[in-house]
Amino acid sequence: MLLRLHQIDKFYPTGEGPLHVLNGIDLSLEAGKSLALTGESGSGKSTLLHLVAGLDSPDAGEIHLGGTNIVGLNDTALAALRRGTIGLVFQQFNLIPSLDVAANLAFQARLAGRPDPAWLKVLAKRLGLSQVLTRYPEQLSAGQQQRVAIGRTLAARPRLVLADEPTGNLDEATGDAVLDLMLSLVAETGAALLMVTHSNRLANRLNARVHLHAGRLV
Amino acid sequence: MVWTGLTALLSHWRRRPVQLAMLLLGLSLATALWSGVQAINGEARASYDRAAAILGQDRLAQLVREDGARMDQQEFVRLRRAGWLVSPVIEGEMRFGDVRLRVLGIDPLTLPPQAQQVDIAAGDQLLPFITAPGVLYAAPETAARLTEQATPPVRVAEGLPPGTVLTDIGQAQVLLRAKDKISRLLLWPDQPIGRAPLEVTAPGLTLREPSETGDLARLTDSFHLNLTAFGFLAFAVGLFIVHSAIGLAFEQRRQVFRTLRALGLPARVLVLLLIAELLTFALLAGLVGVALGYVVASALLPDVAATLRGLYGADVPGTLSIRPAVWAAGLAIAVIGTLVAAAQSLWRLWHLPLLAAAQPRAWARASERALRAQGVAAMVLLLTAAGIAHFGSGLEAGFALLAALLLGAALALPLVLTGILHLGGRLARGPLAEWFWADTRQQLPGLSLALMALLLALAANVGVSTMVSSFRLTFTGWLDQRLASELYVTARTEAEATAIRDWLAQRSEAVLPIWSIEGRVAGQPAAIYGVADHATYRDNWPILSAVPEVWDRIATGDGALINEQLARRQELGLGDQITLPGGWRASIVGVYADYGNPIGQVIIGIDTLVQHYPDVSRLRYAIRIAPGKAESLAAGLRTEFGLPAQNVIDQAGIKAFSLKVFERTFNVTAVLNVLTLGVAGLAMFASVMTLSGMRLPQLAPVWAMGLTRRHLAWLELSRGLLLAALTMLAAVPVGIALAFVLLAVVNVEAFGWRLPMHLFPGDWARLAALALLAAGLAAAVPAWRLARLSPSDLLKVFAHER
Ligand SMILES: Nc1ncnc2c1ncn2[C@@H]1O[C@H](COP(=O)(O)OP(=O)(O)OP(=O)(O)O)[C@@H](O)[C@H]1O
Ligand SMILES: [Mg+2]
Repeated sequence: MLLRLHQIDKFYPTGEGPLHVLNGIDLSLEAGKSLALTGESGSGKSTLLHLVAGLDSPDAGEIHLGGTNIVGLNDTALAALRRGTIGLVFQQFNLIPSLDVAANLAFQARLAGRPDPAWLKVLAKRLGLSQVLTRYPEQLSAGQQQRVAIGRTLAARPRLVLADEPTGNLDEATGDAVLDLMLSLVAETGAALLMVTHSNRLANRLNARVHLHAGRLV
Repeated sequence: MVWTGLTALLSHWRRRPVQLAMLLLGLSLATALWSGVQAINGEARASYDRAAAILGQDRLAQLVREDGARMDQQEFVRLRRAGWLVSPVIEGEMRFGDVRLRVLGIDPLTLPPQAQQVDIAAGDQLLPFITAPGVLYAAPETAARLTEQATPPVRVAEGLPPGTVLTDIGQAQVLLRAKDKISRLLLWPDQPIGRAPLEVTAPGLTLREPSETGDLARLTDSFHLNLTAFGFLAFAVGLFIVHSAIGLAFEQRRQVFRTLRALGLPARVLVLLLIAELLTFALLAGLVGVALGYVVASALLPDVAATLRGLYGADVPGTLSIRPAVWAAGLAIAVIGTLVAAAQSLWRLWHLPLLAAAQPRAWARASERALRAQGVAAMVLLLTAAGIAHFGSGLEAGFALLAALLLGAALALPLVLTGILHLGGRLARGPLAEWFWADTRQQLPGLSLALMALLLALAANVGVSTMVSSFRLTFTGWLDQRLASELYVTARTEAEATAIRDWLAQRSEAVLPIWSIEGRVAGQPAAIYGVADHATYRDNWPILSAVPEVWDRIATGDGALINEQLARRQELGLGDQITLPGGWRASIVGVYADYGNPIGQVIIGIDTLVQHYPDVSRLRYAIRIAPGKAESLAAGLRTEFGLPAQNVIDQAGIKAFSLKVFERTFNVTAVLNVLTLGVAGLAMFASVMTLSGMRLPQLAPVWAMGLTRRHLAWLELSRGLLLAALTMLAAVPVGIALAFVLLAVVNVEAFGWRLPMHLFPGDWARLAALALLAAGLAAAVPAWRLARLSPSDLLKVFAHER
């Protein structure tokens, strides 16, 4: 089992006392499989994804990633985990504005110490980015930006890809095209995928789906 | 609606008191430095005017002797008999205990009404005034200094210049030991017709027209211009802070502006509301600033006063009076400064699109175009500077050159830095290093104003410290040459002088007269000294240029040496003829360095001096003796003749005194320098704080991809240090150019002398350390906050609500 969550609790402090966002979540995901995470707005989908990514820590419970419990790891270890094992795609603001497309694409793979120019070339071509390699992020359309984000993540060959509504900012046609590309490329690299989405239609295209409601998985 | 809008706008400041403090602090500091300098200048100018106006000199013509010496009282009697309406004045310096004063003696019975400084005739005060022991009138400050001393009764009179006492001419003649002598005669404006012409009645006298501005005001102009330039520089640097603070406040309220506009508040009203807000701040900060300015000014004024006394012999009171003009000017400059600093923000607000989100990178790209325009402007300014350096002349040209140089360099800075950062990126290895350089380059537009302020402050620092150190080095060397004799003695009477000379003949290696008269040479006040033909001068005198055998020419009486300032001001050179007081002519055989002397100086042979001015006072002498014996000889002189301590001075004493005057001169610039640097540090801090608010979207992706917040914070700190270090590197050549202009152009025009430039890299290293410390502190706060930022704040970047 690549990823296993055990009894995860998460509270946010608010003006009206602590908000219990996640309440005893159990979840697992095998290598090479894809899982959709759905739920209405504010149900805690992003929160859960952030915990798995080591960007934030839970108030209780265990998160086992490739056999180690990442809860309680220090900042440095978590950062190393994000560099080496995980790939993240958000809805927006994924790219580094001061670097051009080529540098953005290569960034994470180089950071992880796994640069692979040949693979990068293939990715750029498959993602239709070969013509825009010298442009800067703000000179790209939203769809192009998301394709760069996906390419950048997959270039590093992570074992687990975490995506938070990666096509939420795109119109339906573009979104579907981008998602198709992502799904086939993830399958080719053999990575596992955990994807947050609002849409039942998109969720149905993954191997499995879970629904988050009132802090619990149903 | 307007009221609601205003409360919405103002609530911003309640939530961000630090930002408000920054804005007010920057504005008050800028105003303080500016109005402090203005207060000092105002005080000094007022006292020059008082000095120039004393006894109506600015309105009445006078009769004086051509050689500047005192005349006999007989001349006055003769002129009165011949029908001239004149009034005698005697003037001289003397000591009461350890207080040195200018004594002015007047004749209250014949004094023209225009010259009536003090109402002596009021009540029954006339009789005590004209009968022994007389009465001294003095300004309150001067009177206070005299309370400890044994003097005739002192009365306080407003309006007299400091360091001056006014008394009856008879009493003054006694005090000054100048029986039956007169310095000059004041002429009544309306003279009777048919009086005998001057050439017949008093052939030795000439008419001097009233001088509109005193010599002092003219001489010191350049000094005050220097101060003003510094005050302005500090003010400009301070405005950078104000600019950043306003920019930040506008950026953060963008959402509020948009909402207000969307709710139907017209753009015009919104802009007017914001201007009203800014004006309130400007007036508040202006008031604080002017008050602070007075604190700065009163801290600096004693040094300035000492400088003016040492350099120009100008007496300026050591205390400050509150001038309404300074308040008004201070508030005005605060308001103008605020509006200038806010102009860009207001302009952007006026053109604010109702929708569209903030786009930092697009903004950065717009400023890339601005960068190119800026580069062109910098080139034009630097070429202008080169042009002025080559073709211009005069003090104004000197300052124009300084302004063009500094502004051009400041504008060129972002371009230069961009180039260096490009290069750094090219050489970088590894994704992080590449990102670091690229990202630093992207930060540049937002930081460039603060970096320009830093460049100005650092360059001013390098320039001024180079000038001061060059000066100190040259000046100490020059003092050694100039004060070659071991002891200097001043006798109280001619008889005593003769006795001292005889006494010294057996006890010293040489006794060299220092006799001089004062008069006008080439239309300028000057002193004419006679020197003996002695190795002391041949071996030591700081000659800048001379004909061969110059000292022989002086000894034989057909040549004159003049000081550098006289040569430069009157464009005199070797071989030129000058007319000396009394109408005789001499040819210039040499020019020598005479730092710190405001007036012209001429040196001729001692015999020639005595021959042309037989009445010259023969009281001062330089004594050569083995250095080891100087001290005991000085003691011997004092006991043998009962001379007061200050009449026998050793070389070291004079040197120490002269050096002290110059240290105090540069104290003022040093203080202004440090303050300017401090203000630049604050500007840097304000800018970094501004930017850190917009940084998160640029940093969050890197964090998500696997960097710790600590690591990012270190990189942020290094970025600040890198930019400061590069700016410091750029500041060194600019500072050297500045020092060159100060030494070779401004000083020559202002003081009349030119100094060689010496470089002191050790000073730069110290300054660089200081700059890095300031930049480090400025960058440390946002970096520290970044390191401690909660993950959820960083994650908000990726959430949709943005
Ligand atoms: N830093 C925070 N502090 C306080 N409350 C938070 C914080 N972040 C999220 N929340 C709250 O936690 C709940 C879950 O938020 P989360 O972003 O995980 O929801 P989501 O399911 O991703 O919603 P959406 O579909 O709108 O993205 C929400 O009610 C949100 O308001
Ligand atoms: Mg979400």
